[in-house]
Formats: sequence, C-alpha cells, structure tokens
Amino acid sequence: MADLITYREAVASGIAQEMRRDERVVCLGEDIGAAEGVFKTTTGLFAEFGPERVWDTPISEQAIVGAAMGAAMTGLRPVAEIMFSDFLACCWDYVANEIPKMRYMTGGQVTVPLVVRTANGGGLGFGAQHSQAVENWAFAVPGLKIAAPSTPADMVGLMAAAIRSDDPVLMFEHKALLATKGEPPPADHVLPLGAAEVRRPGGDVTLVALASTVPTALAAAEELAGDGVDAEVLDLRCLIPLDARAVLGSVARTSRLVIVEENPYQGGWGATVASIVAEEGFYDLDAPIRRVAGACVPLPFAANLEQAVVPTAARVADAVRQTLDAA
Amino acid sequence: MTVVTEEPRVEELLELYEKMALIRATEKAAFDQFMAGLVKGTTHLASGQEAVAVGASAALEPDDYVFATYRGHHHAIARGASPEACLAELMSRATGLCGAKGGSMHLTVADHNMLGSYAIVGAHLPIACGAAWSARLRGTSQVAVAFFGDGATNIGAFHEALNLAAVWRLPVLFVCENNLYMEYTSIKTVTAVAQPAAGRAPAYQLPAEVIDGNDVVAVRQAVASAAARARAGDGPTVIEALTYRHHGHSRTDPGKYRPQEEVDAWLKRDPLLVLAERLRDRGVDQPAIDALDTRAREQVAAAVEAARAAPPPPEDSAFTDVWADGGAQWRT
Repeated sequence: MADLITYREAVASGIAQEMRRDERVVCLGEDIGAAEGVFKTTTGLFAEFGPERVWDTPISEQAIVGAAMGAAMTGLRPVAEIMFSDFLACCWDYVANEIPKMRYMTGGQVTVPLVVRTANGGGLGFGAQHSQAVENWAFAVPGLKIAAPSTPADMVGLMAAAIRSDDPVLMFEHKALLATKGEPPPADHVLPLGAAEVRRPGGDVTLVALASTVPTALAAAEELAGDGVDAEVLDLRCLIPLDARAVLGSVARTSRLVIVEENPYQGGWGATVASIVAEEGFYDLDAPIRRVAGACVPLPFAANLEQAVVPTAARVADAVRQTLDAA
Repeated sequence: MTVVTEEPRVEELLELYEKMALIRATEKAAFDQFMAGLVKGTTHLASGQEAVAVGASAALEPDDYVFATYRGHHHAIARGASPEACLAELMSRATGLCGAKGGSMHLTVADHNMLGSYAIVGAHLPIACGAAWSARLRGTSQVAVAFFGDGATNIGAFHEALNLAAVWRLPVLFVCENNLYMEYTSIKTVTAVAQPAAGRAPAYQLPAEVIDGNDVVAVRQAVASAAARARAGDGPTVIEALTYRHHGHSRTDPGKYRPQEEVDAWLKRDPLLVLAERLRDRGVDQPAIDALDTRAREQVAAAVEAARAAPPPPEDSAFTDVWADGGAQWRT
C-alpha cells in the first residue's frame, strides 16, 4: 500500500499536477511562494515552478482576485488563494458581481477560467473572523462552481477538475481536515465537478454531508450502527453543480434525510437540498427532513463554545433518532 | 508599434474626427431613444469625453486590452463596435453587442480586446492589472488600459491596483477621465488631493501626467508615451485627462449642480470643436468637417432604424451562457 497523504499535501499536489501539465496555470496569493502558504498548502510549488508562476501578493484581496480574473480573461489559468474564506468578504465584488456575471453579461464573449482557493470552516479556534464556513455565501451567487472536498484524493481530483474547468470555481479547503490522511489518488487523477459519492452505504437514513461534515456524519453512522441503524453517508463533494439526483436516489432507498452542514442554518445550503427533496422526493419520505447545521451565531472562540455551535456526531445521531422516531 | 509624431497627419486627424463624430451622434441617439422610451434602465452618456477614447485608441495596438466603466459607449465604438450593435444593445434587441444581456453599462467588444464595461466603480482596475500580468507572462508586448472616472480614485480597488501594478511593474495604463463630478457631487469636495488620480500616483512612485482630455492629439500623445514605456518594461503610468460631460450623470439628470458659467466654458472646449479648429489650421475647410458630421449622423440614423427593426432577444437566451458550455445547468 502506498503511503497515506494529508489533505494539506493533496492541495499542493493537485495544483502541481496541473502546473506540470499546463503552463498557463499560475498561482497568486499572500505568502504562497517561498513561505509555502500559512497553511502549508502550497508546499513545493515555488521551488518547482519559480517566481514566474508562483506569485506572492500584498494583502490586497481585491487585487488578488481581480488580477486573477483579468488573467483568466486573457489566456491564463490562474489559481488565486484567499487565505481565510472569511476574507472573501474583502473581495466580494469580484466573487459575486464580476467573475460569475462576466460571461453572461457579455453574451458569451468572455470566459473566466480561474480557481479561487480558500481555507474554510471552524475547528481550529480562530474565532469569529477566521473560522466561518461560508460556502453558502458562494452558493447564493449564480455563475460560480463550488467544490469542497473531504478527502486527500478528492482534493487532488477536484483541484484538477477546477483548474481545467472553463468556468470559475471556488475551492473550499477545510481547515479542520488539513492534517487528516487518506489514500493517495492514482496518477493524473481528475474527478468530474458535481458528482456526489457514497462514503458509506446504508438503507435506513441518508446523511448528506460536505467537507468536514463527511467525517462527522461517518462518525454518527458508526455510533448509530451500534443501535442497529444503517445510515448512508453521501458526500456531495461540490455544491455547484449540485448532484441532486444522487440525493434523490439515496432518499428513494432510505426514505429519511438528515442534512449535515457547517454553514449557519439560516441560509445554509442544506435548505436548498431540503427544498429539492420536498419538491421532487416528497412521496419517498417517511419522516420530516432534518438539518443539522451551524448555529445562527458568530463562531465563538473557546473550544467548548465552538463545539456547541457546529455539527457534531452526537447531534447528527440525535437528529437521525428523531427522524426514526417520527415514523 | 504605433509611431506617434507630435503633429499627426491631416488624414489621421480626419479619421479621429470622424470617429469622435460617430460617438457624438451615437450618444445623441442613445439619449433620444431613452427619451422615447426605447432604452430601458439607465444610460451614462460620454458626449464631451470622446477625445479620451478616440485619442487613446489611436495610440494603441489592435490587440491591446481596454477596460471601461459604465460610461463606456465611447470606448466600445473607439475599439471597433458599430453604433448599430451598441444602440441595439441599449434598445434590448437580439442584435445588440451582448445579445441584450448586458445593456448600456456593460458594452464589451471581446473580438477587439475591449474586455468590458464595469458598473461597480473601480472594479476593473485590478482586472486590467491581471490582463497586463497575463500579457507579460505570455511574453506578448500587449498593454492593458483601464479608463475610469474621477470618482473611482476614492475606492479601495484603485489603490490596490496601483500598488500591485507598481510592485509587479505591470504594462498597464491607468487613464482617469476626470470630468470634475462624481455623480452629482464635485470631486473636489470629497477628495483629499487636488488631482484625484495624478495626485495619488506619487504615493506609489508611479509617473503621472495631467493632460487636456478634450484635445484628442494630447491624449494620443500621452497614451502613446505611456504605452511605449509599458512595452519597454518600465511599468505603469497614471494619466489624468481633464474633460467634461455634456449631459448629466445618467438618464435624464440635467446636471443642475454644475454652475452655468462652468458648463459654458467647457462647451466652448468641446473636443469636436477643438479638433475642428486644429483641422482648419491645417487647411481643411469647414464644409469638409461638416460633411463628416453629416455622414456620422446619417450612419447613426440608419443604425437606429436597424435597431428599431431588430427583434427582441429570444426568451431562451435568458438561460444561455452562464457556463462555458453555453448553458445554465446548476444541478443534476
């Protein structure tokens, strides 16, 4: 068996794979060069590809993402890093108004093939401005593709797909997963964008999860297995394209749905998944849909407080028990 | 590289006049069609600012990149869009420059590397930096030019762009069309320095020049020099072109916040009058100049008729071109 790799290593590995393959791929961001990124997710890139392809920027989120957009419109395949996803707010004009609308507003004259990578989510005790799960911010904007891998191999495959995509892709790299390990991907691994994956098959309830909530859901499933409950865990892997068919197919088999999302319940992506199932899979359901989501509060600092407001395996297992009791 | 002499040939001056007259006639038509109810939403007319677009364009290579603002009709036409395609876009016709999915504020002529009109103030300055960065990495001699209003100089993106362009020594030109008013407010009253663009350049150690933006020859000269510097690897330049809009900020704004004597003084410095005088000094008679105006008006009248006769965009085009595959599919 090959050595396991970390999620953190997979980020750099996925980018490097594409930089070797396509000289149009360039990286820019704060501290990503010789410093190899504050999360060490660009390790080795500067050494291998040099300063003409790996560019350190000032702390200028608008300049980073704006320049990436201009480069993407003129023949490059930029990969821009926004250090913490919370900082997307500093360049939200580009993410919400410029990048996703350019192709549409110009009647298809211009494409914007870029990737904005960003460290997302809680679990490391960084407080309210460095811990948010903000994938739902992007989910509210038509014209962005959104990937949020949960394993190292998926990180490589989805990074490759994101870089090769002719559409703009936001890549959410979950901070709590950076140190996790997994099987390395096969050589030249590329996944399709928008294909969910069953991580654990089961017949009693469907747990739909993304990024950090995949291991949370898997832990809940193990706990429930002890009670004789067989939970299916479906990893969405991407929010856009959204693999609604996979969700509906799983619910058709299990008749119960619990959505596990780290972003806040208010406006979280799970609400859209729930509405799709309510509209299109209602007659497959034997119990109300439940959402286990981040609490509608800013992320608190202290570890015990943070744990009180994000999805945990115990909370997911409780939600599953409630759906089973509801029948 | 475009060879720029101090005094252009008469033939070239006539071409510049013709282009400026075409823009003026198009803007007048845009206003008339707006008043007639055929242009929905809003327009920001560039009448009075034609010399900036036409002079700059004359100094650029065909493959250089141009980025404009929501007041951008003049840049689209200067870079090769037809009045008909522009007016059809404003009038929500299928034949519009962007298939009527952009509107007045988003005219784009990608075939000529006029890569958009941006309606969020200042947003395109970093984007122009990216195009310049790309040109450099791809090893071309292209430059990128961002045109922007005086109001944009007080937004963060302006400052992030100037700093990045300076530290990366990018082949980018920042051309401010200082028409003295940010929307309805005198730029002087809301800006800490007297020259909103040029006055900020020294902070980034960038060369800057304040020029007469109503003199097409002065614009052509300044942009040619800055572009040559950029192509030589000597980095960005800030150009502040002083100009004046003949209309209000947008729609039917009469611009009452501007003193009449100021308006009158600037109307005497109408860029078309300035160039006509130059042409007369070079021996071109007034009837020959008038003939160019007439031709432009006729061309635009025909463009209006064609746009009026064109169909609206097909409804299904609302669901095209979200993604590069041409579609709008967001889920399985």
